[in-house]
Amino acid sequence: MELSYFPGCSLKAQGHENNLSLIEFSRAVHVELIELPDWNCCGSSSAHAIDPTVAALLPQRNLSLAPKGRPLLVACPSCLLRLKQAHLALVRDEAAQAAYEQRWQTEFDPDLEIIHFFELFSRIDLSRYLDNGENRLNNIRFAPYYGCMLARPPDLRFEANYHGLMESVLTRLGAKALSWGYGTRCCGTFLSVAKPDLATTVVNGIVSGAMDVEAECLVTACAMCHLNLEIRCTLPKRIPILHFSELLSLALGTSDPKRWFPKHLVDPRPLLKKRGLL
Amino acid sequence: MIDLDSCDQSLFPTVHRSSRTDFAACLQCKSCGNGCPFVSAMDFTPNQIIRLVQLGMAPQALESATIWICVGCNTCTINCPMAIDIPAVMDALRHLALERGVAIAEPDILEFHREVLHSVERYGRTHKLEIMMRYKLKTLDLFSDLGVGLRMLKKRKLDLTPSKIDDIHHLDPVFKG
Repeated sequence: MELSYFPGCSLKAQGHENNLSLIEFSRAVHVELIELPDWNCCGSSSAHAIDPTVAALLPQRNLSLAPKGRPLLVACPSCLLRLKQAHLALVRDEAAQAAYEQRWQTEFDPDLEIIHFFELFSRIDLSRYLDNGENRLNNIRFAPYYGCMLARPPDLRFEANYHGLMESVLTRLGAKALSWGYGTRCCGTFLSVAKPDLATTVVNGIVSGAMDVEAECLVTACAMCHLNLEIRCTLPKRIPILHFSELLSLALGTSDPKRWFPKHLVDPRPLLKKRGLL
Repeated sequence: MIDLDSCDQSLFPTVHRSSRTDFAACLQCKSCGNGCPFVSAMDFTPNQIIRLVQLGMAPQALESATIWICVGCNTCTINCPMAIDIPAVMDALRHLALERGVAIAEPDILEFHREVLHSVERYGRTHKLEIMMRYKLKTLDLFSDLGVGLRMLKKRKLDLTPSKIDDIHHLDPVFKG
C-alpha cells in the first residue's frame, strides 16, 4: 500500500525518534510512506490564534500538493485537525473551491482521504505479522496517553475517532494497558513556552497519575505531548515517555531501535532491558 | 452592576459571524470551565466569556487573559451539551482584540504566536530553536530555560538548522495576499 505522508514540523525537526520509528514500522507492515513533496507547516496553534487568513491558507497549500487517489497519512494529531478542517471547509463551500483552484493553480480534490496514523490499523492485518499467542512486548505496563487528540471540534464530530486504539493494538502485541484518569488531559502545548510553571503543574499531574497506577511508562501518539511530558516534568522520580510508534517498531523487530532511544530526555533503555525488549 | 446602555451591541453579531458557532445556545452549565485544564490561569471561565459576549461587554471580554490562555484543546467543546465550538469563540475574540488594538492581557503568549508565524513565513516550517531564541530575547527572559534548552540540544531534540521548504515563493498567497 502506498500513502502520502505528512510528518509535520514536530516529527521532522524535533521528534526524530517518532518519525524514524513510524517509518520503520510502516515498512515492516508493507506500507510505503511517500513524503508529501515540499509540504509546509499546518499553522499549528499559532496561526488560528492570531491570523485567520494565514490559518486558512497554510493547510490549503498542503492539500494542493497531495497527489490524487493516494490517501494522505498525517502523523501529528494537531496537523490532522488543521488539514481536515481546511479540507472540510472547502468541500462545503463552492466559492472557496474556485478561489482555491485559482490560488494554487490545481484542481480541488473533494475525495482526498486524510487519515491519522491510527487509521492504518483498520487497513492492515496486524495478525499477519504475528504468531498466535505471541507476547512480544513482555507485559510491559503502560498508561495510554492521548492528550487532546480524542477531543474534536463540533464540525468534525462524525469523523473517525480513536478511543482505545493504543490499548487494543499494544495489548495484541503483549503489553499491559492500565486504566487511569489522565489519558485525555491536554499537555499544555505552547503554554510550555509562555507559561512553563502552568505546564509543569499539568504535566506533573499527568506523570504522577501514571505512576500512581504503577505504570512503567507512558505511551503517547503526539510528538508535542511527548516533548512537553519530557521537558516540563519536575518530579524527582519519573518514568520514560515512549512514542506509540517506538513500541510498535520494537514489537515488529525493525532494524535498529537503538538509534533513536538515546534521543529521549528520560532514558527508556533501562526499562526496556529489564523487560528483555532490548 | 451591568450598565446595559454602555454595552457594545455589535460584539455579539461580530463574534457570531466570525466564530460560526451558535453560542446563544449556552446554558451556563459550566461544563466547559469544570473540564478545562488551564482554568486556574484564566480570569473568566469560558462560560463567563460567552456571557460577556452575549451582553456586549467588549472591554472585559477582549482584554481578558482567558482568550490567550486557551490553547484550543477542545476539552470544553467535547463536554459542552450544546456542542458550542468554544475554541472558535476564543479565536474570534483574539482576532477582534488585535483588530481593535485593545490592551493584551498576555503579551508573552501573543509574542510567541508571532514568532511561530515569523518562522513559517521565513522557512515554510517552524524552526524551534530560532523561535525560542527570538522569543526569549523579545520577552527579556534569557536564562529561565537555558538548562532545558541545552539538554534538548545535546539530545538533538532541537535542530540547529531549520527544515525549509524548497519553494518559499509558493507561500506568497498565504503571507502576501
